[in-house]
Amino acid sequence: MTLLEVRNLEVTYAGGAAAVRGVDLSLDAGQKLGVAGESGCGKSTLALALLRLLPAGTRTSGEILLDGEDVLKMKWGQVRAVRWAGASIVFQGAMHSLNAVHRIGDQIAEPILLHKKATPAGARKKTGELLEHVGLPAARASAYPHELSGGQRQRVMIAMALACDPRLVIADEPTTALDVMIQAQILRLIEQLVSEQDLGLVMISHDLAVLADTCDRLAVMYAGRVVEEGPARQVYEDARHPYGKALSAAFPRIGDTASRFAPRGLPGDPPDPSALPSGCTFHPRCPVALDSCITEDQELRDAGTARWAACVHAGASVPQPGSPAEEARSSTP
Amino acid sequence: MTAEATPSLVEATDGPAQAGPSVRGPRARTRTAYLRYVAGKLGGAAVSLLAVLVTSFFLFRLIPGDPVKYMTGGRQVSAEQLANYRKEFGLDLPMWEQFTDYCGKALTGDLGTSYQFRAPVIDKITEALPNTLLLTGTAFVLYTALGIFIGTRSAWRNGGLSDRVNTGLALTLYSIPSFWLGLLLIIVFSVGMGPIPGLFPTGGMESGGNEGFAYVMDVAHHLILPVVTLVAVEYGQTLLVTRSALLDEMGSDYLTTARAKGLRDDLVRRRHAVPNALLPTVTLIFINLGRTVAGVILVETVFSWPGLGGLFYQALSVPDLPLVQGLFFVFAAAVIVMNTLADLIYPLLDPRVGR
Repeated sequence: MTLLEVRNLEVTYAGGAAAVRGVDLSLDAGQKLGVAGESGCGKSTLALALLRLLPAGTRTSGEILLDGEDVLKMKWGQVRAVRWAGASIVFQGAMHSLNAVHRIGDQIAEPILLHKKATPAGARKKTGELLEHVGLPAARASAYPHELSGGQRQRVMIAMALACDPRLVIADEPTTALDVMIQAQILRLIEQLVSEQDLGLVMISHDLAVLADTCDRLAVMYAGRVVEEGPARQVYEDARHPYGKALSAAFPRIGDTASRFAPRGLPGDPPDPSALPSGCTFHPRCPVALDSCITEDQELRDAGTARWAACVHAGASVPQPGSPAEEARSSTP
Repeated sequence: MTAEATPSLVEATDGPAQAGPSVRGPRARTRTAYLRYVAGKLGGAAVSLLAVLVTSFFLFRLIPGDPVKYMTGGRQVSAEQLANYRKEFGLDLPMWEQFTDYCGKALTGDLGTSYQFRAPVIDKITEALPNTLLLTGTAFVLYTALGIFIGTRSAWRNGGLSDRVNTGLALTLYSIPSFWLGLLLIIVFSVGMGPIPGLFPTGGMESGGNEGFAYVMDVAHHLILPVVTLVAVEYGQTLLVTRSALLDEMGSDYLTTARAKGLRDDLVRRRHAVPNALLPTVTLIFINLGRTVAGVILVETVFSWPGLGGLFYQALSVPDLPLVQGLFFVFAAAVIVMNTLADLIYPLLDPRVGR
């Protein structure tokens, strides 16, 4: 059975900002799904929505089927039971996701005891094992978060996420704010743990290269929607949506000397979720937009085997530069 | 994209950079740091106490009024008698000699003899101290508990009806002068007003003639109005400090983590938010603890409570210099000691302090 199935998820914040607008995702056990996008595209909102962690007053509709059960229809008691035991979240542990006044061992053991997975002694033992599993000495359980480095804190966060043997792990920017070496280690660690324990992983990041490297499939989000989805490598190397293309071009490729001299960003800012553009929300920034894009919303459509993109050009590869807008941009520094 | 990297390999590259210093024994390192922190705080407290000792001597000599004139109370006295009094109290000596004399005695625990009571200052203080502690201690426990209880709930339901009502009420009561509220309560509940009979005594600590349990009940009966006055005026400060400290923590990421773990809302508050928000409240608690010794001059005077506050008021009107100095020193010392205690406790409450 599908581990996680998200159908037509919509999230609107109390202020009227539509952060997620009809997202469909699905994930099998042992699979790794990457969700990419700029800040403000709704990817973190999506992560929090999966466990109903959004602030009161937020409207959420659609379906979030976790092992076939709709999280959005559960009573709060059931939701709390699913939290961490069914699906856990690896937050950005390098920053402030750990409680500064509790020892990390206690913080890891807390959900184990809460969900009655073990006795206090058993929880202590399990905590030590988890720490060693993520490459920290078990004795570090008595340390406070401020006594650890950013990378170590992130390891603690991962150990904590695995405390109750969840079926699904959601990693929200797990390597942001870490330096590149530590980032690579953390990614290897996550990959290894997921493949060992046959977990489902949803990994959220703004860094397409990281996701392409770690995940099986990739969904690119823009303005609260998935605008492209497909096998990770293919989406990264040959995006069918102009936004996906811009996103993958924004990160330099190691070894590709040509790309070093042609850095390409995307002009403009992501749209304000409370005042979205008409038609295809990407059209104001799109280098290949047609007149119809200004008025017609673009749905996801087939763009190859097991690939979808929400673009009129999705059938073929996105038209390459040569368009006047593209040239004008590359000539101005 | 190989997942072969073993944890030990991973640690080999990540570890040494940060594990280096901690390998030498984090325990020993933090203990040394804590001892250095404690020594610093104790040194600071000692300096403050000395400064108070000096200040208390000079400050009250600036008060207008002649103790000897007060003592003779308008009677006809000869210049010779006046001179005798001055000699008895040591007021004929040069100022610096009085000062060294005072300091020398103070260091041995002798705070001098009260002019008006003709008794050692230290005896007068130890006599009144329990009465004050009974009143202010009871009030302290109540207003602290009330302030923290309402403050945390107000912050948690920030902007809700109960938050707005409670914060408004607390601010209003906090702004009311304690002596005015005390007098009002006396008029309404002691003297009696309209349909309300005089329920409570108008002042003092006991009616006299009671023993055992009856005595305890009698004192409690006398205690109610002054305690209510103090609690009403004081709880607002604790409430507001607790509330704002907790509000600062409200949007924190670690609270989202706690919720994601499946903790109930009240556990998220008690176990995660409150311990992080505690420091400002703890500071205030210890300042208030220090103030419990100083008593409450206005409330004790209004309710004729035989405590240190009332004693200070009597001593000031003379001015009974040794008694005023002694009381001032004891009041200040209590605050300094409590603040130092708070400093020593912080690192136990929040591991980030003092390391």
